[in-house]
Amino acid sequence: MSKDLYQRMRDNPRFNELVTKRSRLAWGLAILTLVIYYTYMMLVAFNPKVLHATLSEGGMLTVGVPVGAFIIFITWAMTGYYVWRANTEFDSLNEEIVKEAKK
Amino acid sequence: MKKFVSGLTGVALSLATTLAIAGPAASGVVEKQPLNIHAIVMFFIFVLGTLAITWWAASKTQSTSDFYTAGGGITGFQNGLAIAGDYMSAATLLGLSSLVFSKGYDGFIYTVGFFVGWPIITFLMAERLRNLGRFTFADIASYRLDQTKIRTFAAFGSLTVVCFYLIVQMVGAGQLIQLLFGLDYPIAVVVVGVLMLVYVIFGGMIATTWVQIIKAVLLLVGGTTLAALAMSEFGFSYETLAQQAVETHKDGFKMMGPGPMLADPINAASMSLGLVFGIAGLPHIMMRFFTVPNAKEARKSVFYATGFIGFFFLVVCTIGFAAIVMIGKDPQYFVGGELGGKLIGGGNMVAMHMAKAVGGNLFLGFLSAVAFATILAVVAGLALAGASAVSHDLYATVIKKGKANEKDELKVSRIATIVLGLIAVVLGILFEKMNVAFLVGLTFGVAASTNFPILLLSMYWKPLTTRGALAGGFVGLISAVSFVVLSKSVWVTVLGNEAEIFPYEHPALFSMPLAFLVTMVVSLLDNSHQATEERARFDDQFVRAQTGVGAAAASNH
Repeated sequence: MSKDLYQRMRDNPRFNELVTKRSRLAWGLAILTLVIYYTYMMLVAFNPKVLHATLSEGGMLTVGVPVGAFIIFITWAMTGYYVWRANTEFDSLNEEIVKEAKK
Repeated sequence: MKKFVSGLTGVALSLATTLAIAGPAASGVVEKQPLNIHAIVMFFIFVLGTLAITWWAASKTQSTSDFYTAGGGITGFQNGLAIAGDYMSAATLLGLSSLVFSKGYDGFIYTVGFFVGWPIITFLMAERLRNLGRFTFADIASYRLDQTKIRTFAAFGSLTVVCFYLIVQMVGAGQLIQLLFGLDYPIAVVVVGVLMLVYVIFGGMIATTWVQIIKAVLLLVGGTTLAALAMSEFGFSYETLAQQAVETHKDGFKMMGPGPMLADPINAASMSLGLVFGIAGLPHIMMRFFTVPNAKEARKSVFYATGFIGFFFLVVCTIGFAAIVMIGKDPQYFVGGELGGKLIGGGNMVAMHMAKAVGGNLFLGFLSAVAFATILAVVAGLALAGASAVSHDLYATVIKKGKANEKDELKVSRIATIVLGLIAVVLGILFEKMNVAFLVGLTFGVAASTNFPILLLSMYWKPLTTRGALAGGFVGLISAVSFVVLSKSVWVTVLGNEAEIFPYEHPALFSMPLAFLVTMVVSLLDNSHQATEERARFDDQFVRAQTGVGAAAASNH
């Protein structure tokens, strides 16, 4: 692949737009994942009572069970959101940049 | 307390491998079981099916691209299953369910920790790996750096990880099979070795991927069926299950919340993170991202993989939870019929006992066959990753300077596979009686502290230079190995010293930041002419990483 082609793509202001948008989303979601997980771990370490409380009066199932399942589910849903944005919005922007550079 | 933490660490480590079985084995609890006919028949059916696939794949494996990456023609969904298959080992099923069975909610906390790395890999790594790499992760690491030096280093990094991990898998396989099938240990190891060679040599990545996909489906179906049958005993109500579990478990209501893991939460949390980065540095996992046609499919594949893994983990925790009641109350699963005593077959057999409890010997046979298949699939992937490091990185690129013809390269990769297979079988047999837990720490330590920092920085950090990468890589390698040697599993258990010098089993938490630090400092201090050129090449690499222009295309079949 020629250097010129890469140069032309880099000079395209839309390339910057793509990079900024993608980085913001990817790093944002990655950090959010870590924040969710470490908040949970902090609860485990410093305030386990919150997770040990029962869901209903007289029940035995504790809050921690759905919370753990929810973390797995929500971070997976976040990957779904990222993949959807990347495969539609970013990829079409990407295609335009490549097309313009190859002109 | 420390003992407990290291015990948990041991369990946790073994989850990422099929070593879960080595725990009891190491302490001599494993005994050869009577021949399990159901399991052997079902395993036989699996082997025949996968051999048929290998025969079909062999006709399609003509180029190096077919051999290493299935020609890049695997769809995102198929690859998602294969990645999930690599992560859902026999140990996940056996180890995690046993952890929940004995520790209750603490087991669940661990499970969550093993999961969170996957979203991060989706966000930061999947598409770049696909856009920059072709056959091996050394393609990416050496993209703008010194081809010969970095590629050689990366190839040896891969081979080190592959060899350690192969030994772990082989020892785990031998013990698991002896336990489940009633076969002799050496026979079990040779069976695994021979089948793996057949898959890889004749079917290359196409066969290896399909073996992994079939196994992943079997494991998902088997696990889900087991959990559903178990939950039907409780009217599909987690509340009912919780009531009875609290009544049965020796810790009562205590086990429904965070427990003794409090002892060292930072250790536990960072260890799970270290594990995740180790996984992102395992050559056979990274290789999976090169088997799809483009970045779009690479992204989809991690999305599917993450979903399957998350679902499977929840299923496995349900199994462990239900086992508290169903196994905990039934004396036939305990040695001498003593409730709350030692489980028959060792502490990791909870899921297998559950299979027997809900589905009888037939279901137990099925699940045993799936566990065996799991090991085979992982071993095949490892051998392939090691072979590609030898033939693509060392032979074709370093020795032949990229001018090797495909036929020779394929020949070299097949020879390398045979050699790796032989090494795996011989070392597997030699290590039978040894406690190989330290090899797990070593594998993940080296992967997280040697492969991962170079890989991540080469993709994201412009100032990286060859000198920096080599210096950081060596520091990561040496520190990871020394921490493991100074830890309890080698310093005390193997070398027989009084007390360990390094208090954790897992070195990555310390060796990984050290590797990053050295790489970055040395790179920043590097003002050589070569360094300037390497940094200048980042810009083009960055465009390719972002847009995929210039990335290796899929071959047509």
